[in-house]
Amino acid sequence: MPPVEIILARQLASYLSVPIFVVDPDGDLLFYNEPAERIIGTRFDETGKMAMEEWTTVFEPTDEDGVSIPPPELPLVATLETRQPALRSLYIRGLDGELRRITTVSVPLLAQGKRFVGVLAFFWEVK
Amino acid sequence: MASPGPDTARYGGNTSCVEVEGNEGTILVLDAGTGLRRLTTALPQPLTRVDFLLTHLHLDHLQGLGFFGPLYQEGVEIHVWGPGGVTHKLGKRLTRYLSPPLFPVHLRSLPSNIQLHETGEGEREIGEFRVRSDYVCHPGPTMGYRIENGGAVIAYLPDHEPALGVQDFPGDPEWTSGYGLAREADLLIHDAQYTQEEYPSHVGWGHSSIEDAIRFGALARVRQLVLFHHDPQHTDDDLDRIGKEVLGIVDDPEIVTLGKEGDSYELGR
Repeated sequence: MPPVEIILARQLASYLSVPIFVVDPDGDLLFYNEPAERIIGTRFDETGKMAMEEWTTVFEPTDEDGVSIPPPELPLVATLETRQPALRSLYIRGLDGELRRITTVSVPLLAQGKRFVGVLAFFWEVK
Repeated sequence: MASPGPDTARYGGNTSCVEVEGNEGTILVLDAGTGLRRLTTALPQPLTRVDFLLTHLHLDHLQGLGFFGPLYQEGVEIHVWGPGGVTHKLGKRLTRYLSPPLFPVHLRSLPSNIQLHETGEGEREIGEFRVRSDYVCHPGPTMGYRIENGGAVIAYLPDHEPALGVQDFPGDPEWTSGYGLAREADLLIHDAQYTQEEYPSHVGWGHSSIEDAIRFGALARVRQLVLFHHDPQHTDDDLDRIGKEVLGIVDDPEIVTLGKEGDSYELGR
């Protein structure tokens, strides 16, 4: 089961109107909140937990020129690797088929006892 | 804080301290609140080793330690297990209390053989016990403990707010703080500080309502639940009344008990 910090992160995310991903140290997407559902085009109840290989590609992330962004260059993946915050603007195609421009900032969750327990990614649609 | 006095003579007014003794003589002391003074008189003699499992370093869980007699005896092994902090190790955090001006004696001056162990998430063998620790929902680094021996399991979560932020508690057990420690325990000793009326004005303080403690125990399918860490404002009469109200709503009143100082439980299969 997830550590208490991730449990609290999920609870915090469920209370906020900022779209949020909660990801574990392996990169698996453990939870996304309702505002995030509106951007990625589907409900968490429908997808459930998503493995990193899936969520890093299923949203077809591209840059301003429409070039596909490989997973290591996604902010959230970079944070998983470096345990440093990361920020980037990019395009994603939601599971509803809509192309959206988003900006995302990802923050490593470094907990008590020097544990790396996951990443929180905040993102918002840039209209 | 401790609340001794005639109004709390029956349930007790000391702060958290629980002894676990194994068949082979291993002694664990769960937290070192003011109840440690009374516990010390009941320890076997001569005492050669004792292991303290501290859930956290809030003063009500630590205050008895400086007055623990065996600390001042040469040759006694005193193992103190507890969480370190983000910036300071366990020893430095302990000496904030066990040093002047808060306490007249320095930890390093004590003649006993004191060994500090930082717990985090993990398991270890202490004598005949297998002890698992994990962080739980409470302000500051706070552990819960699961103690196993010969198939019997005790879970100790004296300061715990499992319902914090959960809109419809209990939810998914996998997403419930402390569940992994308490799951199917023979005995769960759990925070039950507030009544349902008191809790809304204390959300986020790190303590559970009595009803949430009962729901947590049911979620974890424990065999016996001891409601612990009574609010210092609650008198014996208050607790009698609370007990009647609460036990009137649980499915099986036999498995829920309001903890009283001096209570003991024998476990084993």
